[in-house]
Amino acid sequence: MAIEKFPVEAGHIMMFARAVGDANKIYYDEDYAKTTEVGSIIAPPTFVQASAQFDPDYRLRPKIGEPWFGSGKEPTGVQQSSGGGGTGLHAEQHYEYHRHPKPGDILTASSRPGQTWERQGRRSGKLIFSETITEYRDQHGELVVTARGVGVRTERPVEQS
Amino acid sequence: MALSAKQLKVGDTHSEQVVDNLTRTQIVQYAGASGDYNPIHTDEAYTTKVAGYPSVFAHGMLTMGLTGTMLTNYVGDGRLTKFGGRLTKQVWPGDALTAKATVEAIREEDGQPFVDLHLSTVNQNGEEVLSGYASARIDP
Repeated sequence: MAIEKFPVEAGHIMMFARAVGDANKIYYDEDYAKTTEVGSIIAPPTFVQASAQFDPDYRLRPKIGEPWFGSGKEPTGVQQSSGGGGTGLHAEQHYEYHRHPKPGDILTASSRPGQTWERQGRRSGKLIFSETITEYRDQHGELVVTARGVGVRTERPVEQS
Repeated sequence: MALSAKQLKVGDTHSEQVVDNLTRTQIVQYAGASGDYNPIHTDEAYTTKVAGYPSVFAHGMLTMGLTGTMLTNYVGDGRLTKFGGRLTKQVWPGDALTAKATVEAIREEDGQPFVDLHLSTVNQNGEEVLSGYASARIDP
């Protein structure tokens, strides 16, 4: 995956902060932010996750004119391949901040696969883990955030105790 | 306000309830803001009939984002240098989450003091939903 342009916008930061229940004015009030040590609105620590909005191929966003696997007339809009029944879940996420993104930044994201491994889960069958390392750089090519995510694919839905 | 090395000690804790009675609407808000529209988070028909779960559930990254709110309230804005964790259990509508940071170390790098934290976020039954860590720049 590569994202060529992830423009960091104040309105997007505000919506993201609301979604994570964060009322901190540093995320929406520019006049307040100017009086703080950081001096401007900055993004909350997990904001780069929203770079998915700018990934043209992102699989978990409905695409105009294409079938979507969520419900409409039927519980799913696509034919499921037989078997399966597993779910893709987020298992781990790690961030290193070289600085915190702020409105006006235009980031790029480049990702590379890391390790993959398997484990037998107690509640969901075989688990396949895969790691992705993503570097977010700014318009000057400077590294802003390094992210390492681990996704897990379960063999079947996670049993609820 | 940033933390000060002089006033911190190993074992100090800070905790906050980061959500009470998580709503499906907040999960929808997170889907819209993050761009992750996986229907297992927002689409009850798909999730119960196709994916095989009792209801929609929160994005793991919403749990981490909620935990981040506690974290930046504690260490101050723009101070984080590292933040990570494992998402150990699903979070469901109606859940109440409490996020806690515990000071593991206070150290210096090139004269700059840092704090290392262990993070744990638990649901209303005391079950851990996130186990993580963070580091932040602090004042002397």
